[in-house]
Amino acid sequence: MLEDLLAAGLVLGTPILLAALGELLVERTGVMNIGVEGVMLGGAFAAALGAYATGSALAGVAAAAVTGVALALAFALATVRLSADQIIVGAAINLLALGATGVLYRALLGATGTALVLPTLPAIEIPGLRQIPIVGAALFSQHALVYLGFCLTPILAFVLGHTGLGLRLRSLGDHPRAAASLGLPVRRYRTATLAIGGALAGLGGASLTLAATNTFVEGITAGRGFIALAVVVFGRWSPWGALAGSLLFGLASALQFQFQAAALAVPYQVFLMLPYVLTLGVLLLSSGGARAPRALGARYDRE
Amino acid sequence: MLKATPLLLTGAAVMLAFKSGVFNIGAEGQFLVGALAATIAGTAGGPGTGRWLLVLAAGALAGAGWAAIAAGFRIGRQVNEVITTILLNFIALYLVSYAVDGPLQEASAQYPQSDLLVPGAMLWRPFAGSRLHLGVALAFVATLVVGALLSRTALGLRLRAAGASAPAARLAGFPVARDLTVAFALSGALAGLAGAIEVAGVTGRLYERISPGYGYTAIAIALLGGLRSGGVIAAALFFAALSAGASAMERSAGVSSVLVLAVQGATLLTIAVLDVGALRRFFAGWRGRAGKAAGGGA
Repeated sequence: MLEDLLAAGLVLGTPILLAALGELLVERTGVMNIGVEGVMLGGAFAAALGAYATGSALAGVAAAAVTGVALALAFALATVRLSADQIIVGAAINLLALGATGVLYRALLGATGTALVLPTLPAIEIPGLRQIPIVGAALFSQHALVYLGFCLTPILAFVLGHTGLGLRLRSLGDHPRAAASLGLPVRRYRTATLAIGGALAGLGGASLTLAATNTFVEGITAGRGFIALAVVVFGRWSPWGALAGSLLFGLASALQFQFQAAALAVPYQVFLMLPYVLTLGVLLLSSGGARAPRALGARYDRE
Repeated sequence: MLKATPLLLTGAAVMLAFKSGVFNIGAEGQFLVGALAATIAGTAGGPGTGRWLLVLAAGALAGAGWAAIAAGFRIGRQVNEVITTILLNFIALYLVSYAVDGPLQEASAQYPQSDLLVPGAMLWRPFAGSRLHLGVALAFVATLVVGALLSRTALGLRLRAAGASAPAARLAGFPVARDLTVAFALSGALAGLAGAIEVAGVTGRLYERISPGYGYTAIAIALLGGLRSGGVIAAALFFAALSAGASAMERSAGVSSVLVLAVQGATLLTIAVLDVGALRRFFAGWRGRAGKAAGGGA
């Protein structure tokens, strides 16, 4: 029971963790991509389409990463190159992704009227560790994207906190003009981090369709991209904080399914609402602006 | 016209918010809680003349209250309202879903929808045989009033100042925190009113899918309309025609109605990229706020 809960929590937390790590990297360079919801949705759809067409979950994962990068580069083109407003472009990407995946889904996959069943990402067992009671099966018998999230967290924390590259990236987030005056290519760095963030959000979407649900429905992300944004704030722009927030959220979602299965005398909508209420509560407790990159969301023009 | 009414009001709601530097993405949720409160006010107890006034007031109040939550997060915790209003949208959706499946479900308990509003709670329909109702006129008037409020009154000036540059408005001695709360609440009230009018003017009852995303479309409408009341009216009529056309196309040609979302997204993206200069003036406040947050908050 506890083991199942933990395992389900990881599977449900991974889409958010991947998207949150990507967004965190992007926000540290001073860009706020609220289009991460749309990028995730695009990735989720591409994963479904790729896996359905080829019968291979790995092809789906690759398609999701490519789609995520493409959407993020569209965002980068509009905001970093053309200096359009980040919030508006992000909102536009969300609408566009919702509409486009809906149209394509109905045109390509939804014709049969039955729910789509997709090939799943296989669980990879780690011998030895797998035998640890309770946490063993939950932690060490998961699909590859769960491990990716776990490995990326310390890597990202190290790169951002302890390398020259990390320092340069963070300087873009706090004072891009000062960084530019030192000769740093602000736009190129931001475009690159957006592409990485897009790939991660796309993979987050893939982990939703190919592992957490094994199907695709319109609007499947259901606000998970926004929850990832909230998780970044909750984690105070630190990868470890993002990991904690995502796991918390994953566990809350897993609990929701357990409660629903237990058929308590509580309306199911209460459980559906739970993750969103929890996120709000978390935001209430963690004051937001305290450690935000100083130039977050600001338009940057080279003068 | 019927389709344009909710779009006009939510469009005006977003216009007012954006002009004040408030990124209210939550018109959808405010619309839903407005519709929910209106249904409660319109179904509880017996019929009564003038009940429709109570129904509209309930909707506007609920919308304002819902938006005020996001205002509290922004002012008290410096949490960006883009995130909170979107989370609140989902919560509102599940609230409505619960209400029509539970306490507000129709007496016959057949479908997940509420009972019809009692007589007297519905809006006046002046033309026999037409579904045109009083709310249509209200929506036009409200949109023009919001435009006038922003451009002609002292409150409007303060709101626009807060939107253009919150630090400058603060230096000028304007009560920025209070003005922002007013902007959130008024914006929410308009969206809540839209929900109430939809229930009391068109559907007569509440059900889960009462809004096909009016609150999201409203963002595109407000921006396409250049954040001016005349422009918002034109944009709302344009999108209403678009969605009426989409439903017709879906019936006749099998073109899916989600295409409208894609068109809206593309429109919004185009505006954002093309109209950089004008938008920069409106959203200069964004930059100011990011700086303020880093400086240790208000």
